[in-house]
Amino acid sequence: MKNKKKAERITFRSEKEMPVVPMSIGSMCHNKTGAWRNMKPVINLAECIQCGICWKFCPDACILVEDEWPVIDYDYCKGCGICAEECPTKCIANVEEKR
Amino acid sequence: MKKVIMGNHALSYGAMISRSQVIAAYPITPQTQVVELLSEMCASKALDAKFIKVESEHSAMAASIGAALAGARTFTATSSQGLALMHELLHWASGGRLPVVMGNINRAMAPGWSIWSDQNDSLSERDTGWMQFYCASNQEVLDTVIQAFKVSEALLIPSMVVLDAFSLSHTYEVVDLPDQAKVDEYLPPFKPRFRLTPSEPHAFGGLTSPEHYFEFRYKLQKDMEKAPAMIEETGREYEKMFGRFLGLVDPRRCDDAEILLVTSGTAGYTAHVAVEEMRQAGLKVGNLRMKVFRPFPFDKVREIAGRAKKIAVVDRNISYGHHGIFFQEIKSALYGLKDAPAVFGYIAGLGGRDITPSDFGGIVRHALANDRPEDNIVWIGVKR
Amino acid sequence: MKKERTFKFTIPEEELMNSGHLACQGCSATQAMRFVLKGLGRKTVLCIPACCWAVIDGPVPYSCLEVPIFHCAFETAASSASGVKAGLEMVGDTETTVVAWAGDGGTFDIGLQALSGAAERNEDIIYVCYDNEAYMNTGIQRSSATPYGAWTTTTPVKHFKRRPKKDIVAIMAAHKIPYVATASVAFPEDLVKKVKKAKDIKGTRFLHIFAPCPTGWKSRPDDSVKLARMVVQNCMFPLYEVENGEKYTLNIRPKEKKPINDYVRLQGRFRHLNEEQLALMQQETDHNWELLLKKVDAK
Repeated sequence: MKNKKKAERITFRSEKEMPVVPMSIGSMCHNKTGAWRNMKPVINLAECIQCGICWKFCPDACILVEDEWPVIDYDYCKGCGICAEECPTKCIANVEEKR
Repeated sequence: MKKVIMGNHALSYGAMISRSQVIAAYPITPQTQVVELLSEMCASKALDAKFIKVESEHSAMAASIGAALAGARTFTATSSQGLALMHELLHWASGGRLPVVMGNINRAMAPGWSIWSDQNDSLSERDTGWMQFYCASNQEVLDTVIQAFKVSEALLIPSMVVLDAFSLSHTYEVVDLPDQAKVDEYLPPFKPRFRLTPSEPHAFGGLTSPEHYFEFRYKLQKDMEKAPAMIEETGREYEKMFGRFLGLVDPRRCDDAEILLVTSGTAGYTAHVAVEEMRQAGLKVGNLRMKVFRPFPFDKVREIAGRAKKIAVVDRNISYGHHGIFFQEIKSALYGLKDAPAVFGYIAGLGGRDITPSDFGGIVRHALANDRPEDNIVWIGVKR
Repeated sequence: MKKERTFKFTIPEEELMNSGHLACQGCSATQAMRFVLKGLGRKTVLCIPACCWAVIDGPVPYSCLEVPIFHCAFETAASSASGVKAGLEMVGDTETTVVAWAGDGGTFDIGLQALSGAAERNEDIIYVCYDNEAYMNTGIQRSSATPYGAWTTTTPVKHFKRRPKKDIVAIMAAHKIPYVATASVAFPEDLVKKVKKAKDIKGTRFLHIFAPCPTGWKSRPDDSVKLARMVVQNCMFPLYEVENGEKYTLNIRPKEKKPINDYVRLQGRFRHLNEEQLALMQQETDHNWELLLKKVDAK
């Protein structure tokens, strides 16, 4: 996932730079949907039992697993709250996003 | 190899000799023989292709588009109501830059139910971005299918090969079936520029904002503008290998014609016969049979029709609220030409009513008798 | 950190759906996609007609998926997939799984003809319907998958939807295709297992996935998985499989059938219903459950 974050916005200066047919040539990873959030989930790793449920249910696939622990990628997290809701030990808190 | 076959079968043989790989088609009178023979050819392995027995024409075109996007050479055929049912997807094939080749049997649109020939079905689709080839003999049908694949695959624009209902689709004529090895040389396997493959995943046809859509459509038009020259060039190549040239138009006695008929489809061959008769009677008349309607062959029309004093365009179609469609387009092509001819418009043969040599005689006499057209539609043979 | 344990993966780890897509917060259509792609792997082609996913994937020139997509016309998910499969085979690719991926609109309504045609021909495709119970992409209009009682913009409160949800599984089973199954995003392991099972079967396979939509159901985004779980536990959306149109297998038989009220209460689209109407909903659920049990338990 990390190398995909290098994905950039694509701009065409001329039709000559465009493919002949409407098609994808880049990744949506350039679109940092973290900006959508009102609430931010924060995992308390001390209570986390590594059950995999938060990672499993994230609709944005933005809970990464690093060294066996869940890490939320806040560049993309939309703050839907599903991870907090489904966590069996309730170790994910919904914190109001401060901007 | 010479064979006596019907026009519909000329489409089937064309698709077979071109090594079509996927055929998705739904039967409709008078196209049924096209798909029946293709079905047999697939079953006997004379043609190595998948035949999808879709449940409607809309699905036929959808499946054809899917197959073409997967990288397969794709052929289908339909007529009138079926073509109309495909309408949404005709835009999809052209906008998707897919070289589908389709046979269309010109059949009048219902209501009332008609199975006989007129051109409103195919001409209603003239804005969809498909090339359109109007044929008048079974040999022409076969040769056109092969050449259509070549041009379509080079330009990534789909093609429609059009036949009149019954007078061409069901008429038996001697056809020279080209040698398969030579056709393979002329038309190598389809090499797609893009396709659905997990090894290089792309999303095709997604949401396209005003920021980009215009340029994609600009590209389609620009490639369509290359088509007249490419049709001639591939036609000359075909002539070298197979001895027959098709090209954009079929002019008969046009060089010194004072009155020029402009026709298409089988009526075009009837007009050739009528022209020879009238020449015998001393009239300086000629016939420009239009073979390619899209891309519109502006240069040929201006060069040939521009020389005549009067043009008599005979349409087997009408755009309601306007005039015959070839009439409109010929007239617009000649606009601005110095000493442009007077253009007369005639509508004949809607719903399959026969157009006879004597109809052409009457048309020419009418054009001779009038300096300029009084009405832009002269109805031939309507009981009033 | 402290513990020496490993992270528990109950479904395949590899992600074939990337972040940055345009789905609403709490969208279960994306959960469904994520799970199905984990089950199928990279050698997959998707045919996606007009539906939320046509937009979620992102505009040209981007995509959020790692598999090829054919964005096709609305009614053509099944017919496009039929053509793609034939085309791929003819160019020598007999391994890639071809998937039609459509919403309930493109499956139950406008796409039903093409779906029936493909199923009757037993086309070698997997058809996945992610069901959020209305035409969500065009702004929450009713579909024939909208359940009794629901508000939508075309079944406003004064004329809420009276007709029952169309039984798409029965329709597909009637085509005698090798495999039909229901699944819910709240049960990803069951879903992935069914996807893997389907992958190894030749012929038409149909998956009906229950996918809550907070935007259209007026529910909380964080309730999506909960709703998808409750709907199985109260037997409104049982998890079962039908093989060859005749063999019914129930995957979860709740020991205690939960009443539908708790489920209904969490959704604004049902807020207007009175006691009598809720009772009708419960009756309908009970009746359908009994009918299904008869098919399952029949010898």
